Amino acid sequence: MADEVKAVAEAQPKEKLFSKKNKRTLLEPFSDNNPITFQVLGICSALATTVQMRTALVMTLAVIFVLSLSNVTVSLLRKFIPSKIRIIVELAVVATLVILVDQILKAYLYDISKQLSVFVGLIITNCIILGRAEAFALQNKAWPSFLDGLGNGLGYGWILMVIATGREILGSGSIMGFSIIPESLYAAGYENMGLMVLAPGAFILLGLLIWAQRSITKTVHE
Amino acid sequence: MQHSNAYTFRFAAMVTIVCSVLLAGAATLLKPRQDENKLLDKKKNILISVGIEPVNGENFTRSEINETYANRIKELVIDLKGNIVEGKKPSDLDPGKDTELLPIYESIKDGEISAYVLPVSGKGLWSTINGYLALSSDGVTVKGITFYSHGETPGLGGEIEKEWFTNNFIGKKIADENGTLVSINVVKGKVDPASEKAIHQVDGISGATLTANGVSNFLKEDLKTYEPFLKTIMNLKGGV
Repeated sequence: MADEVKAVAEAQPKEKLFSKKNKRTLLEPFSDNNPITFQVLGICSALATTVQMRTALVMTLAVIFVLSLSNVTVSLLRKFIPSKIRIIVELAVVATLVILVDQILKAYLYDISKQLSVFVGLIITNCIILGRAEAFALQNKAWPSFLDGLGNGLGYGWILMVIATGREILGSGSIMGFSIIPESLYAAGYENMGLMVLAPGAFILLGLLIWAQRSITKTVHE
Repeated sequence: MQHSNAYTFRFAAMVTIVCSVLLAGAATLLKPRQDENKLLDKKKNILISVGIEPVNGENFTRSEINETYANRIKELVIDLKGNIVEGKKPSDLDPGKDTELLPIYESIKDGEISAYVLPVSGKGLWSTINGYLALSSDGVTVKGITFYSHGETPGLGGEIEKEWFTNNFIGKKIADENGTLVSINVVKGKVDPASEKAIHQVDGISGATLTANGVSNFLKEDLKTYEPFLKTIMNLKGGV
């Protein structure tokens, strides 16, 4: 693998689109540097939008969209942004993208935008987005920044989907809105777990997930 | 890199202009469709309140809503005395100005009125709740209720929009045997089936008493404004 990269690097002096470094930028947020389970960012929305898988999926897509584009925009502007006002410029970029997403959802996915209600708007306050703009996009070129945004968005998204799957099965007995628990089981006395629909259910699942993830990767916060 | 103050100002101004042009453009372009969605959502909720189900699958398609609505729902405007005002539609009303006029919707089945739908709205705990209450042609029995917009806590007060809650209203009566308006009360906990009042009560939502109180209050107030109209229906049907 290392030889391969070296050979490629010698063949063309320009960095390859999916060089080892870029791959790491894209893949690291999935597990080792996951924004939710490792950096513990974006918890608010992870609790709020994971009652159902459908809302979690739309939230994931919205965050991936905003995060990738905000990273690219900030990265393209990085040489021009005066450092005194960089945070407010980053915020303006993020806020513009979020409002765009909100407007598009209202126009084309009205029911889902009703369910997500305030949480689309709250993507602005999702620490992951401003965090990546500040920590990565300001120092890197557009392409790696895009990959970083995409990777972090996906890393955020898969955790969201895992929690949403657990909560929807246990709390509502369905997957993507389709009932999966047979009626006979309900007749036998099985009940949906009300706790899972509420925020504490998400907290418990998220805690278990962080525990599992950290025991596997052996990463510990200093 | 250090930039001069003038540069910083110029940059900030540029960012502001670009962002606002983008957003203003998107908002203007998407506005017609968003407004249409809101209207469709209202129509859909009127249909659901009278118990009309989508023909195929779980959800209405956009055209299905418009078509069914046009076939089954008649829009009317009444005054505070309960008389029908000819030549006006609910969409003509300005909620701020026309306080003397009330919208009402009739559900028509096989040429006969099968239900009356009244818009209901009022304060919950955090927000204004909007919904539709459908009454059977006797003007007393609840045919269904929907809440289509609210800002209550998801999972608690937000449960008012769920079927398990709204289904409890079906078959309840808003007036007693003498035709006196009682409205429908959302109680704390479960309704006692043995109680005389059970027919005017529905189960509450645990953890959402204040939302439920809000719903009880605005149902009562809205029904009061419609009382003259409902009285005429009840009388037409020869009392209850």
